[in-house]
Amino acid sequence: MRPATFWLAAVVVGAAFFGLSLQVPNQYYFQAGYVVLQYIVLATAWNILGGYTGYVNFGTAAFFALGAYSTVALYKLLPLPLPVLVMIGGGVSGVVGFGMGYLTLRLRGAFFSIATLALAVVMQTLITNWEFVGGSRGAYILRPAQVPLLGNYIIYLFLVMLVLSVLAIGIARSIERSRLGFGFAAIRDDEQAAEAAGVPTLRLKLAATTLSGALMGMAGAPLPYYVTYLDPASGFNLAYAVNSIAMPLIGGMTSWVGPLIGALFLGTVQQLATVTISSALNLLIVGLLLVAFVVIAPNGIVGLFNAFLASIRERGLRKHWKRAGGDAVRRESPR
Amino acid sequence: MGVSLDLLLGAVVAGVLLGGFYAAVSVGIAISFGMLDIVNIAHPAFIILGSYAAYIVNSSFGLDPVVTAIVMLPVFFVLGAAVYEIYYAVFERRGDEALRGLAFFFGLLFIVEVALILVFGVDYRFVEARYIGPTLHYGPIDLPLRMLVPFAVSILLMAGLQLYLSRTFTGRAIMAVSQDRLALQLMSASPAKIKRIAFGISIATAALAGAFLIIIQPVEPSIGRDYIGRVFAITVLGGLGSFPGMLAAAVLLGVVESITATFYGPSWSPAVAFGVLLLTLAFRPSGIMGRR
Repeated sequence: MRPATFWLAAVVVGAAFFGLSLQVPNQYYFQAGYVVLQYIVLATAWNILGGYTGYVNFGTAAFFALGAYSTVALYKLLPLPLPVLVMIGGGVSGVVGFGMGYLTLRLRGAFFSIATLALAVVMQTLITNWEFVGGSRGAYILRPAQVPLLGNYIIYLFLVMLVLSVLAIGIARSIERSRLGFGFAAIRDDEQAAEAAGVPTLRLKLAATTLSGALMGMAGAPLPYYVTYLDPASGFNLAYAVNSIAMPLIGGMTSWVGPLIGALFLGTVQQLATVTISSALNLLIVGLLLVAFVVIAPNGIVGLFNAFLASIRERGLRKHWKRAGGDAVRRESPR
Repeated sequence: MGVSLDLLLGAVVAGVLLGGFYAAVSVGIAISFGMLDIVNIAHPAFIILGSYAAYIVNSSFGLDPVVTAIVMLPVFFVLGAAVYEIYYAVFERRGDEALRGLAFFFGLLFIVEVALILVFGVDYRFVEARYIGPTLHYGPIDLPLRMLVPFAVSILLMAGLQLYLSRTFTGRAIMAVSQDRLALQLMSASPAKIKRIAFGISIATAALAGAFLIIIQPVEPSIGRDYIGRVFAITVLGGLGSFPGMLAAAVLLGVVESITATFYGPSWSPAVAFGVLLLTLAFRPSGIMGRR
């Protein structure tokens, strides 16, 4: 499928999904759906850096919360429509992502990951001590109850997040089939060899960290309107970091499908667990699934599916071979 | 001026004591990350596990937390060896440790933390011992015994480990495994076996560090996360795998944190550890006493 066709298909699927969702009479569906969609954006964004270039980012929460807090700060200054806030949140996190990209100059592998974790805590401390956005006490956001055309505000939030998901998936898919994507893969496989072969590794890594950070910030920007009360502990919750790593790993990291499947699967499981059992159990489920998949199925659900397809094809071939060639073998060797 | 000088002196002394404790917290990482190249970000979770072990034994039998930790050392050693077995079989042998190994430990961190929350809840737990209350006073300097005891035991632990690593065959093999695997194999020592012992030791130190932690402050399951940055900051700053460097880095961080908390308020102190870590990583990744 050519990129333009894929974009069109993604938009059509998104629109159809929204149309179907509107038929659901339940308000809670949109509450839960928003969270799952948000994880699709986060997981896809993480995978652009983590899956394509191989740099593990533990600081998802920092970029996400930065987007959310830029909304809080702007909310106090001047009223802006949500799409504009999303753009600004993405811009702020994108700039920080660009800065993080320069860290990759010196830090490879685990050192980079630890540095991103450090970045998250430094950001959280800065926000906690910034009284203007509420400090450690948190900030309240008043959201309009209704929006024109759609009705309830939660449906509007749901729609915004759906658009962001389509955008994120479209970008991820376009990267995969472009020079950018091949460059990323070269960095992932062997950065030194790529550099030696003339791949502009720094520029590519900066592109990946900026894009990944910006998407995470965009996912975070509507959060204050969703929760209506935001404090640093919930905005910087490590659950965002775990989920955004676990989802691509469980789904499969090599293509855009993996994070999508992982986010749909884990996101839905967590929503169900929150309703039926308890929210404390959520992280345990994520942790257990993460470890189980990493140990048993390192290529995720997509990898399992591919292996399954391959085994079917092989079995089919063997049957075919037995029917056609098996007799011949018997005839040639009478024993 | 005299008052603030006293305040500074007090902060420095408190920082040195805190640094001794940080050294005990980081020594496990110095072994696993610095010597074995295993990025065990779940180490703080094992420390919290150590705290809860001390808490359970202390609250039901009234046994001293440090003594409990020493009794627990073999248990944690076996636990560590078991974790390494899994890690080796699944990641190291496949040559897959970089990304997925990291995710493995990240998941482990969460499993331990949430399991503790499910069993004990999010209430703060504490232990009782005779030395937790009193404080020694020397002029402007306060020496709370609850800081002094972990500091002293931690220094003993450091010295013991240093002796073990430099004097015994296994200890030297552990030092060697980080430098030249192949040479170690040629000496007919199995790297996997050596690493299993070393990782066991690194987790065993978490039993002691956990006991210190719960002596110093009340513990709840999620405070382990605060220590991820500290332990890696100290290990990297100290130069990977160098014990004297690590001790110096731990004391340095303790003093800087303590001064920050005294003069700017405790809400800034997490940023210190991570800020130091970021600066170290960005400008001097080999640390203050690094080998490389």
